[in-house]
Amino acid sequence: MSDAWTHRQIRELAPALASGEVCPIALTEQVLARAAASPLNAFTTLLTEQALAEAETAAREIADGHYRGPLHGIPVSVKDLFRVAGAPTTAASAVTARTPSPHDAPVVAKLRAAGAVVLGTCNLHEFAFGTTGEDSAFGPTLHPLDTKRSPGGSSSGSAVSVAAGLAFASLGTDTGGSVRIPAAACGLVGLKPTAGEITCDGVIPLAPSLDHVGPLTRSVADARIVYHAIRDRSPSPTLGKPTTGRLGCPRPYFFDLLDTSVRMVTEQALTRLTDAGWLVTDTPIAHAADTAVVCLHLVLAEAAAMHAEGLEHQPEDYTQGVRLRLELGRYVQAEDYVRAERGRQVLTAAVDAALKGQSALALPALAIPAHRLGTEAVDFGATRESLRNAMLRLTQLFNATGHPAVSIPCGTTPDGLPVGLQLVGRRHQTDQLLAVAEACEAVLG
Amino acid sequence: MTVDEWLSAAETDARRRGLEDLTPLLRALAKATAALRAAEWNQRAAGVHEDPPSRAGSR
Repeated sequence: MSDAWTHRQIRELAPALASGEVCPIALTEQVLARAAASPLNAFTTLLTEQALAEAETAAREIADGHYRGPLHGIPVSVKDLFRVAGAPTTAASAVTARTPSPHDAPVVAKLRAAGAVVLGTCNLHEFAFGTTGEDSAFGPTLHPLDTKRSPGGSSSGSAVSVAAGLAFASLGTDTGGSVRIPAAACGLVGLKPTAGEITCDGVIPLAPSLDHVGPLTRSVADARIVYHAIRDRSPSPTLGKPTTGRLGCPRPYFFDLLDTSVRMVTEQALTRLTDAGWLVTDTPIAHAADTAVVCLHLVLAEAAAMHAEGLEHQPEDYTQGVRLRLELGRYVQAEDYVRAERGRQVLTAAVDAALKGQSALALPALAIPAHRLGTEAVDFGATRESLRNAMLRLTQLFNATGHPAVSIPCGTTPDGLPVGLQLVGRRHQTDQLLAVAEACEAVLG
Repeated sequence: MTVDEWLSAAETDARRRGLEDLTPLLRALAKATAALRAAEWNQRAAGVHEDPPSRAGSR
């Protein structure tokens, strides 16, 4: 089979699988071979025999006329934070055991029920507590366009597997931006649905009140296919497909500190959307400048609680950066956690208010292009910011408030590095957000 | 407990536990906590009451 299919979208591949033009066994063999030979360190475990057996089952079912839908026979990957039958759940940490899981997380089971072929588990920033993918017991994940750069994280391997043609979609998690950040850095679509829409059962938690499960894909249509397969509720009524609408642009705070090339590409994207008929208006989000301090107290305290046992019994097994952040969380006072919860309510109301009359909010997903490995701080003019804070600054608000958010590619820097445009929708209206994102993608793609 | 009191106690405890590398992170957290407590929407939680509790009511 030719290599022509390995970078195609699911929406293009599915009809070819359904018709028999493409065989799921040959397709799975091809991506497994690519993954095994890849130097990008995207996978922690490749389930070669198991995946081939699933592909054989898919081929037989399709040939027998039992086509399950657009994921049937599609090879996918899963962040190594989810229980995947037959693979250890390592969280890219030396803290965890290497015993294969006997069962799937419910979302992984849903992918299999839809006919997807699970290739294996993907590298990540240890326990998803970081934005780069560099702190991992398996070593750093490398960017497909430049191996001296990071693909972003924490769902680093998930993003690389899709961007490099090693899988057609991947499941990631997003606690402060860990799906949207690597999607932006790698030129992919990364969806964080509304909070609570997709179960986190069977996923090692980081900060339960902020954790979300979401797909990384090559198009908005593919994100919708995966999202519909894994969400708990049945699909909402068919929605109209907008071609234009209103986009609120929250410039204060979100546009204050941006890499010059990211700013240029984002402004060009907004101009193209305006030229295509979208009404783009400045729409500040009240109290947005308080986002970081609110999220910091929430995530530190919750992560420390999740890792209390590990910190007591295996502190040396964590990577140093992750261990120190977890230890830091043990010093957050209860009264300040309660203050941060109050802040979450205020910010949620502020985002709701900003969305009034808008189809979506539009802002950059990531303030910098893919950074060089080992970077610790970023300069924005005269302002120096830690890399972690710079990478989280534009995404984490919507983890606290629970609004659905998606990053879509909107161009590249003069160096050829991808830039992501983030679109944010109303809570419990993820499908409508995807419809807006698909219309914007048609303009920007 | 004020932020300064908290930071002093936390730094002492971290040193006792051999976590000297935590000091810069604790100082950054202290700044963030001060900002959290100073947030406009959080003044009541920070102890700034629009209507001070009545002493008469506490008899």
